Amino acid sequence: MSNSERESHRSYADAAPGYENFNAHEPAEAYRSYLVGLGLATLLTIVSFFISGTTLVWGPSIPVALVVLAIAQMGVHLVFFLNITTGPDNVNNVMALAFGVLIVLLLLTGSLWIMANLNHNMMSMDQMMQMQR
Amino acid sequence: MSAFEAAAGYDRESLDRQPTAERAGGELMSKRIIVGYGFWIFLLSDIIMFSAFFATYAVLVGATADGPSGRELFDLRNVGIETAFLLLSSFTCGLASIGARTHRGSWFYGAMSATGILGAAFLYIEVHEFAGMVARGAGPTRSAFLSAFFTLVGCHGLHVTAGILWLLTMMAQVFAKGYRPDILRRVLCFGLFWHTLDIIWVAIFTMVYLMGVGQ
Repeated sequence: MSNSERESHRSYADAAPGYENFNAHEPAEAYRSYLVGLGLATLLTIVSFFISGTTLVWGPSIPVALVVLAIAQMGVHLVFFLNITTGPDNVNNVMALAFGVLIVLLLLTGSLWIMANLNHNMMSMDQMMQMQR
Repeated sequence: MSAFEAAAGYDRESLDRQPTAERAGGELMSKRIIVGYGFWIFLLSDIIMFSAFFATYAVLVGATADGPSGRELFDLRNVGIETAFLLLSSFTCGLASIGARTHRGSWFYGAMSATGILGAAFLYIEVHEFAGMVARGAGPTRSAFLSAFFTLVGCHGLHVTAGILWLLTMMAQVFAKGYRPDILRRVLCFGLFWHTLDIIWVAIFTMVYLMGVGQ
């Protein structure tokens, strides 16, 4: 079978999440992926912990920075530990992940938005008593 | 690569990369992909369940009922140690999955034991923290904030507990049944589960602890 033919076959195949292809006789490349993931995740964690207590930056920017660092670290975990890639064999995994992320975002923003609105429009107890008289 | 192997459409180095149709035993390979994908969808649904707990926590974080807030309760040094343990266990779990696939018993059992011990150490610190909070009157019944806190972090702790039980089961099954394809599929799913727990912990230490202390 020619190489190009094999390539075209490959694009139809799927990869299982968390399953990195490597040569079973030389798994060094697979270790490297986990090592890189560990290094990046450690770095991001240390920065997160450092920045949460620092007075070096403008206070209100800290939560934003923490959220960005957390999302970056989740990305590191997905790529290097769960082995979710952008390759053609990973389309189904990424589509499922995208749908999951959509639901998570709807749930989080929707709940916070609705509850903040309710809080804002809620009468205080005193007003409620007043109304009942 | 021998001429025969080339004619058959595979070589040893890319054996794992070949699509199902091209290799002998393709049945097993496609089953691994289906099992992995199905478990991936379960994990995403688990993450959605956690996001509901996160939303609850975010809504109730200010509802302390004049009780203690996160700033007074949380000890970031403990959380840092917990984070280090869980991150390292995620790494050793990856090593264990390589050990299982290369059929290297010492790698597999060693890395799985390290994963289990790190997970147990994480749980010990968490239970210790919970017990300390309950002892000083900041149990889950104290305020809506604390109810949400114990639900969210406790649910993650329960997942870690279940993960450790699963880990021990996998070690016993590999010991008793060897590196059979069906056992390897279970090891794959266990690895996915354990890595996902670490992803959820990233959200917890950021949103609950770091933001809770910093607010």
